[in-house]
Amino acid sequence: MKIDRERLEMLKEIMALDFSSIELNLYLDTHPMDQRALAVHNDYGMKLKKLKEEYEEKYAFLTHENVSDCPWEWIEEPWPWEIDYEMGGR
Amino acid sequence: MWIYEKKLQFPAWVEGNDLRIAKGLFAQYGGPDSELSAGVRYLTQKYTMPLNEGKAILTDIGTEEMAHWEIIGTLIYKLTDGLDPEELKKAGLDAHYIQHGHDVYPHDAAGVPWTAAYIQAIEDPVTNLSEDMGAEQKARTTYEHLISLTTDRGVIETLSFLREREVVHFQRFGETLRLVQEWKDSKKFY
Repeated sequence: MKIDRERLEMLKEIMALDFSSIELNLYLDTHPMDQRALAVHNDYGMKLKKLKEEYEEKYAFLTHENVSDCPWEWIEEPWPWEIDYEMGGR
Repeated sequence: MWIYEKKLQFPAWVEGNDLRIAKGLFAQYGGPDSELSAGVRYLTQKYTMPLNEGKAILTDIGTEEMAHWEIIGTLIYKLTDGLDPEELKKAGLDAHYIQHGHDVYPHDAAGVPWTAAYIQAIEDPVTNLSEDMGAEQKARTTYEHLISLTTDRGVIETLSFLREREVVHFQRFGETLRLVQEWKDSKKFY
């Protein structure tokens, strides 16, 4: 399923930031005293939070924890497995 | 607890020129060394794991495995969505179609359903973490076999991402094992 290009780019940016955050999360689990990694993790965390808020404000819910108009917006398409990420196929 | 986020961890995509790889991908969806096995294994072992580092790593890697399970499911879905029974038969999925239609059912590449017998949890943290390290290597090898069998650039790119994650998880489990061994040694008095 095709989605608006700007929306797709923003979603992919969120996915990339979220991945970086998870990678630092795992590293910090076994290196809890690494201050440099902590600083990067916290920086990504703040950027991610801001970008997610922008995306949810502009396009769609990422989680159900949002204030919705009627009808309930959470059920709107597309679901993640339906999206054409425009990487060269579908 | 968990909360669903309406996104994938990686933008899984397929070219769709190699439908036969869909059958192979079931190895990582419901096979012995699948993402499902990994997730259930780690999320089962977390309760008795000593050390905060150990509890965190099993919870967090276990959670990431569920996201990987969804990525494999997405690849299979994208490859098979809309295929008619004749096309599924050519892709080697006639038995799958008879029993599951287009549903992404957790079985391995040969159609054997997923079972908890694929995983172990036996309380001893050294034993459990050793199993986890082995599991990550087995999954890495499975990804290499899958990558060597397809020409679909989307599948290769997505599986390459997942393969790298196995390497990182192996590293983190190795560090956790070292922490557990140091902790065990610190409790011995001579």
